[in-house]
Amino acid sequence: MSTPSIVAENLTKRYGSFTALSNLNLKIEGSKCVGFLGPNGAGKTTTLKIFTDMIRASEGRALINGVDVHLNKKKALSSVGALIESPEIYPALTPREALSMVADLRGLPRAEARKKIEETVAEVKMNEWLDKKVGKFSKGMKQRINIAAALLSDPEVIMLDEPTTGLDPRGQAEVRDIVKDLKKKNRLVFMSSHLLNEVQEICDEVAMIDHGKLLVYDSLSNVTTRFSGDGSNTVEIELSRDIDDQSVNRNIASLTSISSVERIDSRKVRIHFSGGIQNQERLLQDLTMMKIGMISFRPSSSALEDTYLNLIKDTL
Amino acid sequence: MTQPTSPTVPDLKRRVLPSSVSQIGTITKYELVNYFRSRRFFVLLIIGLIISALLTTLVAYYRPSSFLSSTLSFYSSWWAGAITFVIILSGIFYGGDAISGEFQNKTGYFLVANPLRRSSIYIGKWLGALIASIIMLGVFAAIAIGNGIYYFGFNIPYQLWESLLFSLLYLIAVLGFTFFFSSLFKSTSMSILVTAILFLFAFNLIQSLVEGLVKIEPWFLITYGAQIISNVLTDPYPTTATQGFGPNTFTTFAATIPEGIAILLAYFVVTAVLGLLLFERKEFT
Repeated sequence: MSTPSIVAENLTKRYGSFTALSNLNLKIEGSKCVGFLGPNGAGKTTTLKIFTDMIRASEGRALINGVDVHLNKKKALSSVGALIESPEIYPALTPREALSMVADLRGLPRAEARKKIEETVAEVKMNEWLDKKVGKFSKGMKQRINIAAALLSDPEVIMLDEPTTGLDPRGQAEVRDIVKDLKKKNRLVFMSSHLLNEVQEICDEVAMIDHGKLLVYDSLSNVTTRFSGDGSNTVEIELSRDIDDQSVNRNIASLTSISSVERIDSRKVRIHFSGGIQNQERLLQDLTMMKIGMISFRPSSSALEDTYLNLIKDTL
Repeated sequence: MTQPTSPTVPDLKRRVLPSSVSQIGTITKYELVNYFRSRRFFVLLIIGLIISALLTTLVAYYRPSSFLSSTLSFYSSWWAGAITFVIILSGIFYGGDAISGEFQNKTGYFLVANPLRRSSIYIGKWLGALIASIIMLGVFAAIAIGNGIYYFGFNIPYQLWESLLFSLLYLIAVLGFTFFFSSLFKSTSMSILVTAILFLFAFNLIQSLVEGLVKIEPWFLITYGAQIISNVLTDPYPTTATQGFGPNTFTTFAATIPEGIAILLAYFVVTAVLGLLLFERKEFT
């Protein structure tokens, strides 16, 4: 049995007096998806670039499957598919040619390469564009080809740096589905993202980083339980008819577990309540029974968002 | 910091990667595909063909004695007169942005994150540029020889083959040099501009100043070494000569063949090593 792994040992990156990454220690092992979260400039891309030898660490080591990336890049990245930032492909090449180049570099036999190229390109819904020049593609189309390139050799470890950047909502959903499939195929996915709902939907674990320092790395449920604040939740409801302050205070505020209620406008109300998912379910039932014309009921923030906002106080 | 537990997974097939030589071949192949697909190769080819067509027309129409007095003078005027310019253009076209473009255009992000050494990328791209340039030189040489055969028959002087070999050596040195400058800068326009200025103006200017004012042999200039391309087509082979009297003397230096080869090889080795080191250390920030 082998376990894919990504290990950062005291990983530090300095640019002059600016420390982009400070003593990052992280050990990720096994088949899972780990979300890497943090504000702009937190050090997410820096970390991923060190792991792909695009930049060198000032101190520390980056190991993939036990191999130091800087000392033996070729071996360390042999079973890694990576998408860092939004790479450009030579505009004169077609996706088939660009992916053939990757297949050749990774040693895929010709017949297998041909099959894998068609499969991965179909997976990212670009099969109609397989023989068109990349130079004519939109940013989102190029990103789809980049994702195909990262998945082409069926790697054990997949590193994705904000993979849904530049994609339309459908494309984002498709990428999420691809990552979910990778989890089923026993892959280790390490993915940075700004989109908390994306991470919450796909990932099993989350690592949060800010100002180059790792704040937390744990399972999603442990992180949200430990750091999502005072346990209060917020939902916003939308109504089909106007509601006044008096009705809000008299009817809604008196419901069980309500902490506070505020009227956003004549047809929107924000409700803060304590407790978990059971209380949310009960609140929905109570509001429905009140027949106040509720046409929408949605949490205004997720537990992960609360955690993020609690841990990361300010951005650069 | 707590670390979550790690589930074990079934053994996954780890691929055997191709050798670095094979990966260099792959980079070279796709670099050439990129050149042929983009306009770059054909623009340079058209420039070469225009130069050849102009020479063909002018020689056929005016029949200049400098060209037609002897076989050697024909090739000296035709080949040696234009080939250094064609080589410099090749260096600028293919080498000027070969490495800097990987940073500025972010194409390097597509390549570098793969399991291959950076040296494989550098060497592969350099070989791609060399092969594209050799095709260019081949076309130019074929037209020159074709014209030579028309005027003088199949009596091709052996010095032309020597000159061709020295041209190849100069091309290798020029590409080493342009790749070095391309590694030095992250901006494609800067690397192309610096390379063009150096080869088209600066080296020649420095050579004139060093020879005329300082009166020392400009052995440190690549363009001085490249003189063997034309010198070998001159009979007798030129030597260093001083003209004039007293303070008005002017010395014309001529690189010998061993000197020229040494200068060109030294330029290639030094710039190739430095360029490779720069690329190895350069960060994709």
